[in-house]
Amino acid sequence: MIPDIVLFIILALVAVASAVGMLFSKNAIYSALNLILNFSSVAVLYLILGAPFIALAQVTVYAGAIMVLFLFVIMLLGAERLRRSETLPYQQPVSIILAAILAVVAIYALLFRPLGIEAASVANPDFSSPAAMAEMLFNEYLLPFEVTSILLLVAMIGAIVLTRKRQRRVQR
Amino acid sequence: MLLLEEAVSNGPQLFWLVPWVVFIPVIGLLINIIFGIRLPEKVVGTIASLASGLAFVVAVLLAVSLVSNPEGEVVTLAEWIRIGDFQVRWAFQVDTLSVTMMLLVSGVGTLIHIYSIGYMHEDVRHNGDPKRFRRFFVYMNLFIAAMMILVSSDNYLMLFVGWEGVGLCSYLLIGFWFEKGKDGIGNAVAAKKAMVTNRIGDFGVLLALFFMFWGFGSLDFHTVFEKAPEVAEAAPWIIAAITLAMLLGVTGKSAQIPLYVWLPDAMAGPTPVSALIHAATMVTAGVYLIARSAELYIQVPQVQNVVALVGAATALFAATIAVGQFDIKKVLAYSTVSQLGFMVAAVGMGAFVAGMFHLIAHAFFKGLLFLASGSVIQGVERGHHHVEHDEKLKKTLKGHSHDFDPQDMRNMGGLRHTMKLTFWVYLIGALALAGIFPFAGFWSKDEILLDASLHNQPVFIMLLLAAFLTAFYMTRQVLLVFFGKSRSSAAQYAKESPPTMTIPLIILAFLSTVGGALNLPGLHTFGHWVEETIEHQEAPEFALVIAAIASLVALVAILLGWWLYSRRYNQLQELPSGKRPDDPLRQLLGPVFTALINKWWVDELYQLVILRPYAALSRFLAEQVDWRFWHDWFHEKVIANGYIGLAYFLSDKFDLRVIDGAANGLATVTQRFAGSLRRIQTGYVRNYALSVFLGLVLILAYLFFR
Amino acid sequence: MVPVEYYLGLSIVLFSLVALGVLILRNAIIIFMSVELMLNSANLTFVAFANQYQLISGQIFVFFVMAVAAAEVAVGLALIVAIFQTKQSIDVDQINLLKG
Repeated sequence: MIPDIVLFIILALVAVASAVGMLFSKNAIYSALNLILNFSSVAVLYLILGAPFIALAQVTVYAGAIMVLFLFVIMLLGAERLRRSETLPYQQPVSIILAAILAVVAIYALLFRPLGIEAASVANPDFSSPAAMAEMLFNEYLLPFEVTSILLLVAMIGAIVLTRKRQRRVQR
Repeated sequence: MLLLEEAVSNGPQLFWLVPWVVFIPVIGLLINIIFGIRLPEKVVGTIASLASGLAFVVAVLLAVSLVSNPEGEVVTLAEWIRIGDFQVRWAFQVDTLSVTMMLLVSGVGTLIHIYSIGYMHEDVRHNGDPKRFRRFFVYMNLFIAAMMILVSSDNYLMLFVGWEGVGLCSYLLIGFWFEKGKDGIGNAVAAKKAMVTNRIGDFGVLLALFFMFWGFGSLDFHTVFEKAPEVAEAAPWIIAAITLAMLLGVTGKSAQIPLYVWLPDAMAGPTPVSALIHAATMVTAGVYLIARSAELYIQVPQVQNVVALVGAATALFAATIAVGQFDIKKVLAYSTVSQLGFMVAAVGMGAFVAGMFHLIAHAFFKGLLFLASGSVIQGVERGHHHVEHDEKLKKTLKGHSHDFDPQDMRNMGGLRHTMKLTFWVYLIGALALAGIFPFAGFWSKDEILLDASLHNQPVFIMLLLAAFLTAFYMTRQVLLVFFGKSRSSAAQYAKESPPTMTIPLIILAFLSTVGGALNLPGLHTFGHWVEETIEHQEAPEFALVIAAIASLVALVAILLGWWLYSRRYNQLQELPSGKRPDDPLRQLLGPVFTALINKWWVDELYQLVILRPYAALSRFLAEQVDWRFWHDWFHEKVIANGYIGLAYFLSDKFDLRVIDGAANGLATVTQRFAGSLRRIQTGYVRNYALSVFLGLVLILAYLFFR
Repeated sequence: MVPVEYYLGLSIVLFSLVALGVLILRNAIIIFMSVELMLNSANLTFVAFANQYQLISGQIFVFFVMAVAAAEVAVGLALIVAIFQTKQSIDVDQINLLKG
């Protein structure tokens, strides 16, 4: 049996590498594909973490629907890398510094300040089965569920409105 | 007998009538003010006399009530002042002393009102303004009202109201012919002098009131007199202060040294005014004040001594001046001052009854003498008028007709032939004044001399000398006016006065004769009457010695006068007119006589020592201090220029530079600051994302390390 | 068992990386993709804790985040298309009309 930790390290590396690749790819299509890879590795991580439903939802929604949408738009708008210009000279260094600070600070806090989180006593494999999820979702979180459906409706409408061609231009 | 006693003991209680003694004269004067213009002269005069007469009737009724209820009563009309515990009311005190004064004022006042009808009828025509007749009677009624307030009040403050009221009426009546007199303002100047001198006296009365309030906490007669002994024990200096300050007021109102100087000048007013105000009533207010305040004065014997000395000194001093006067009214004026000195000396020595008795007697005969002198003056004026309008006689006029002074005794003489009635009443008055038995003056003056001889030897000597001089100058006056040859054609053709004038004269002459019966020694009717109010009386035994000395002194004076002004005068007439002295005394006394004519130069002394420095001081203060320093320098330079300078500074230097600069500077700073801040809005999404991220990092760092 | 700190660490690294990407990149679409990855890293944290505490609420929350993310992508991409129609470019630096 592969120890969990080895599995974790492999998946982590894949995730980080694909993220880097997404950022620094020359082609936007390549970025998208890197992202899909990232999502997939994260889905596997979800599986390890005992969230099967979420893992599959991740693959279906994120990697399936959202990334496809992205690919459509990329192909619509052109995927070439934009040329560099020096409109904001200080943007890059400052951003790198800040991101580095964030990472360092967080990891430092994580490693050297024990969180003091106790694991739950019993590991119930069934605790996140779809049945349990549904039970929670449709009983306690019913209202957010319904509101989310409205949200999706609004998003649909918004997307349609935003991309409508301006047809009626009143000639004065 | 029993019935009479019962009637007397259960007599009518008419004290509540007392406010009417004030109101009736007021109603009279209001009627005359409102309707008098349309009424004929006789009606105006009758209304005024009736007002005074009805007040007299009320006074008589009060007196009758007092016979059965001698303690009297206080009739309150209304409350006037109330401040905390201090209270002053409009209240009338009906007791023997106040009713005596009321009877005197209204009685003599009514007679003088009647006399004035005839006198003023001629006087307004002589002075050329017939319309002023009504005004005279309005003022006279006002005077009666004020005097009544004075004598009937039950507290010192109301008394002071009357005090000032009579001072005002005196001013109005002295200056009645305000456009006449020396240089066209002489009468007005005399009135002003009376007012100012009286004011100095009023200052004394006010001080006395203040001290009284301080020491006693009240101004009511009852309260003050009850508390007098204990206050005298605790703080005798308060009572001394009150009485001395009151004495200052008395010297003002009753014309004693040093404030007597207004009374001779007051003769500028019409003669009835001199009779009523300056002989019979107003000037006696001071004597009344001291008599009323007897309780206070007996606590301070030293002050009493001062009062007596002031009175006696005035009596002697004024009598000397009277000897040297040529104006008929001036003689009588100084005589009044002298007799007032007698009264003040009497009440000063504690002989309150004697002082009040002499007050009454003096009112009779001095009133008579003044009215009779008015009759003489008008008779001479009539003669002058007659001479002026007669062609033949005009040539005998010496000098310009306007210079003719009808009051100068040197223009009179021999009037007993042409004005018989006036002569006889004048003679009675003169004898009464000189203190000849059996006229009123003998009894009253004798009682004063008796008291003086017992209590105060220096005062007695002075008063005796004054009595000598009194008889002397009255003899001089009678001889100069009525005897001898007429020294001017006006006197030759003088005519007697009409009955409205002569009848009051007769009445007063009668009173002067029998007035002594009021207080005959042994009976002391008046003394017992007044005793109900003033408790500290000793009625000294009648001493024949004193009476004899007084009568002898008077007779010697009359003989001396006769020798000088009858015999010697006729001798002197034989000298050529250049060397003829105008008065035999000038030969006898020489420079002393000059001093006497010039009133010992007292007025000039006051002018030099007081009035001129005061005028100079006020001029200095007005011109230098007020105008030059205060106005020109301080107001103009310091305040005005300073203010302008400050305004300039504030507007230019401060407002323009500082405040505007601040406002503009603020705008500039804001602009620059905005200009620099504007650069944050780059418009680039990534910049905005960067700032968001920066915030995020900070917050997370904080949260991680908390 | 992998300690939950490792998952958190991975989540942070992913987050920092894509934050950097959002700030540096100029291609609007790639920026958008980075935003999606940010959301995803947060999801990872949620699921890690849900596993730790055996609470299913974490996963429910992830569910909702996914739904919202989907909606957001739809609208966002529509926006990008609309901007492209106007500006003919997907360079975010071209969108600077709010420059002060």
